[in-house]
Order: sequence, then structure tokens, then C-alpha cells
Amino acid sequence: MIRFIVRRLLASVVVVFVVASASFLLLHAAPGGPFDTDQRRSAAVQRAMEDRYGLRDSLAAQYGRELAMLAHGDLGRSMKRDVTVNDLIAQHAPVSALVGALGLLVAIGLGLGMGVLAAWRRNTRTDYGLMAVALVGISVPSFVLGPLLIATISIHLGWLPPARIDGPAGYVLPAITLGLLYLGTIARLTRGGMLEALGQDFVRTARAKGLPERTVVWKHALRIGVQPVVTYLGPATAALISGSFVVEKIFQIPGLGASFVDSIAERDYPVLTGVFVFYAVLLVLLNLVVDLAYGWLDPRVREARA
Amino acid sequence: MSLGPGAWARMRQHRLAVACGALVLAIAVACIVGPWIAAAFGLDATTIDARLGATPPSSAHWLGTDTLGRDMLVRVMIGGRIALLVALVTTSVALVIGVAYGAIAAYAGGLVDEVMMRVVDALYGFPTVVFIIVVMSVLGTRSLVALFALIGGISWLTMARIVRGQVLGLARREFVEAARASGASPTRIVLRHVLPNAAGPVIVYATLALPQVMLTEAFLSFLGLGVQAPLASWGTLVTEGSSQILVYPWLLIGPGVTMALAILCLNFVGDGLRDALDPHTRKI
Repeated sequence: MIRFIVRRLLASVVVVFVVASASFLLLHAAPGGPFDTDQRRSAAVQRAMEDRYGLRDSLAAQYGRELAMLAHGDLGRSMKRDVTVNDLIAQHAPVSALVGALGLLVAIGLGLGMGVLAAWRRNTRTDYGLMAVALVGISVPSFVLGPLLIATISIHLGWLPPARIDGPAGYVLPAITLGLLYLGTIARLTRGGMLEALGQDFVRTARAKGLPERTVVWKHALRIGVQPVVTYLGPATAALISGSFVVEKIFQIPGLGASFVDSIAERDYPVLTGVFVFYAVLLVLLNLVVDLAYGWLDPRVREARA
Repeated sequence: MSLGPGAWARMRQHRLAVACGALVLAIAVACIVGPWIAAAFGLDATTIDARLGATPPSSAHWLGTDTLGRDMLVRVMIGGRIALLVALVTTSVALVIGVAYGAIAAYAGGLVDEVMMRVVDALYGFPTVVFIIVVMSVLGTRSLVALFALIGGISWLTMARIVRGQVLGLARREFVEAARASGASPTRIVLRHVLPNAAGPVIVYATLALPQVMLTEAFLSFLGLGVQAPLASWGTLVTEGSSQILVYPWLLIGPGVTMALAILCLNFVGDGLRDALDPHTRKI
């Protein structure tokens, strides 16, 4: 198990290194300097600004400096506003994390339930109905669903605030919009995993022991049937990140996704690459956790790795 | 799995999938032919009638008009052309990369295979969409070709895995053994004997990739990075509409429902194809 963890950690370091190098290359491939604007500046001012950000050093020197900065956890600073990328993340990421966690909760809670029910009642109307709903959920983009929810539930019915988070009620619509994004995928994965699990020997044993069906399904089978969902948590978080761009923009939530989208329009390259590195590291770490959780869920995997 | 008559019979049993396939075809044909028919009635996507402005759906304009008085139905059809074009081309790009990558990994085997598949694993847990957003905004490129290459460049992972699995399975079969014994080169074996037999799952996953890349394109368009004016795709129309949902809801509902319907139907067709052509794979 230790060897497995070490190997995965090494692979993660390689990925982070590649990400950092890619972001560096991208920054330098950007057409024009970050200070080429319509404003007239004297050559001296231009040079001074470029000096301040070390843009006149050799590429190798800049690359070395960038990697050293990243190794210290420094993601650089914005070129449009007087703020470091680290501050930006510290300020906005908690909001995104909360909305994201709530969305994930919606997706996992409903998705697992739907998937287990569909597998348990397989090839019945319940099953087909639930899976059709899941597919609809996968197919409706959040930037269609979000505005429709605002128009109907917030404005027309007046039940929930349309935008901005002032209180707990403000989280409901963003969490639902975000959660529906992959609720369907989780439901389908759960169904597939459960169908496989319900056909295995240990489930037959549990039934033969005379355990109630509820215990067999929810305690024994689910532990194995949930595995595809656990594997999906990595890609789900990636989807959560790109989903947050849309949802935070639509509901005007001051999260990291909204700042990222604003940086696209502002052409604030260091923020774009810095936040990208942050997301990549986050996902690499998460995938590591998922791999470990896998062994914890299924003793057979743990044995195989030892 | 074979592509023979048995597969067609299984597919036909999925009445929903067949109906969805027909609907997608209808939408595609309408998008391709529709604008010409509309032109015969004096409607096009570019004529601006500022005095008319945004009007709700009527008998003259079935999906209403936008704030510049342009007919929304024609705009949705023209947008569909671009959306379908992007979906087809990017899926083809993903298909070529995925098939080549998977086949090479499987046929090379050993360390090469190991490294190639670890790369795929790493990319699965990687914010690829965020990456292409950064690439597109940093390079300042908004061309359709870049869109094809970038979306195609991140959408081949599942295809590579499927093809690798297929090739590994087929490589052990007798007819491949026979081809090898008769002196066929590895390239010939892969191209002539192995890949054609892997066609079923490849078709399934190519179909399932279509709605996925459509969503990605629409998402990029929502962020202002995808299809640019004067071209418009469903993604850009939905983006325009979503900002005016409270005043002119039909600007979102027309393109939004069309796009969601096309994506939903493609997903149903993909599911049906999977049951027909590739019954052994687990539902994802």
C-alpha cells in the first residue's frame, strides 16, 4: 500500500510539473506584451513596467523563476488589478467550494438514490423512467437551465432570490443547477455498478443468510456498487469547476469561477494560468484521495495492491 | 460485436432510440435546407428590422424575432449548421486521435502501452476544458479551426481506452493469428483485420461523443470563446437569449430547447446503439 501511494505521489508531481511548464509556455506565447495598450507611454515607462515583472530576462531565467515561485506556492499576480493570484483564490475559492459542495450533495444524494432504485427495479417502468430523467439531466446545459429556473421560480413565482447570495435561500438554485449537471451521470453509474454488485456471490450469501433485502442492497451491495461513482468523483470535480464558471456567472456569485471568467475578457493572463494551475493541483490531489478511497471501499483492491 | 442484420434488429427494438435518431436527422435536415426555404418566403438571418424589434412567436415568425428584428427560426437553423459542423468535425478529430492512440498502445504493448495508458489516466483527472479556455484566451485565437483542434484534442480519451481494449481482445483471435502466419505486416493486420472488427464500439462511442462536444462548444461560446460573430451557433444564441430571459424569454427558449433536444436525442441514439452493438460494456 505504501509503495502504491508513493508511486501515485510521484506521478502527481510529474503532472503538476507538466501543468506548470504548460502554463509558463502559454503565458509567453501570448501575442503582444501584457502592457501593450492604446495608452501612450514613454519607452522608459514601458521598460520599467516590463522590468518590474522581469519580462526582459531570458526565457530560461523566467522559467526557472516561475518554477521556484510555484514550488513555494506562489501563483503570481494579476496584471490588471493590484492583487496576487493567491489572494484572489483565498478570497473567492471558499464561496465556490461551498456552492460546489452543495451541488455535489444534490447530485450524489439524488443520483445514488435514483441509481439504486433503478437497479433494484431493473427493466421495469420505474427503471426506464428514472434513466430517462437522468439522460434529460445530462442533456440540458446549465446555461439553459439556470436562466429558466430564475425566470420561473424566482421571478414568476417569487419563491427564491434570483441572484447573489445574501442568505441560505440564495444557495438553493445555484446548487440545483450545478448538481443537475452530473446528477444523471451519477445515477447511471450507480445503476451499472449496482447491477454488477447485485449479481455477485457475496450478495447471494448475504441473502442466503436471511438478511433483510434493505440491508443487502444498502449495506452490502452499495459498498461495491458505488465504486464507479467514486472513480467518477475526479471527472465530476472537473465538471464542477467548469460548471461553476457558468453558474457563478448566471447567479452573480462572487466565486473563483466568476473571477476566472472575468479574467478571460480582461485578458489577465497570469490570473488565467495561475488559477488553472490551482485547479489542476486540486484535481490531482483529489484523484489521489479517490484512489485511496477505492482500496478502503473494496478490500479486494487493497489486497491486490499490497 | 458484428454490424450485421442482428444488430439492426436489436437497434429497432429500441423504439425510443430510433425515434430520437429520426428526430435528430429531421433537425439536421431542417438546419441544412430550412434557410433556403425560408429565403423563398423572404426571411433570412441577417436582415435587420429595427422598427420591428423583438416580437414573440407569431405566424409570420414562428420562434419570434430578436431585438434587431431578425427571424429567430432562421437564426436557430443557421446556428444549427455551425453547431452540427463543429460537432461532426471535432468528433472526427477525436475519433482519429483516439483510434490511432488506442491501437498503437495495444499493439506496442509492454512499457509503451503502460506509459501511454497512464497518460490517458492522468488526462482523465485533468481540467482539460479549463486548459483549452486558457489556451484560447491566451493565444487570442477565435478561429473555427482552433475550436475543432482543441475540442477534438481533449475528447479522444474514452475512445482510446475502448479501442485499446478491443484491439487487445481481437489480437488473440484465430483469424489474426492466421493473418500473421500468412505473413501480413503488423500495420496491415491492424488496419485490415483488427480495426474493422472493432467498428461497433467505435461507432457507439463516436455517437456518444457528439452530444458531448456540442455541449463543450456551447459552453465555450457562453464564455465568449467559441463561435464568433458574424457566425452564430446554438451556443451563442443561447448565450444571447439567457441575458434577456426576463424580457424576451423566446430568445432563450427557441435555441435552448432545440439544442437540448438534439443533445438528448443523440444521447438516446448512442445508448440504443450501445445496447445493439456493444452489449457487454457496462453502462456509463
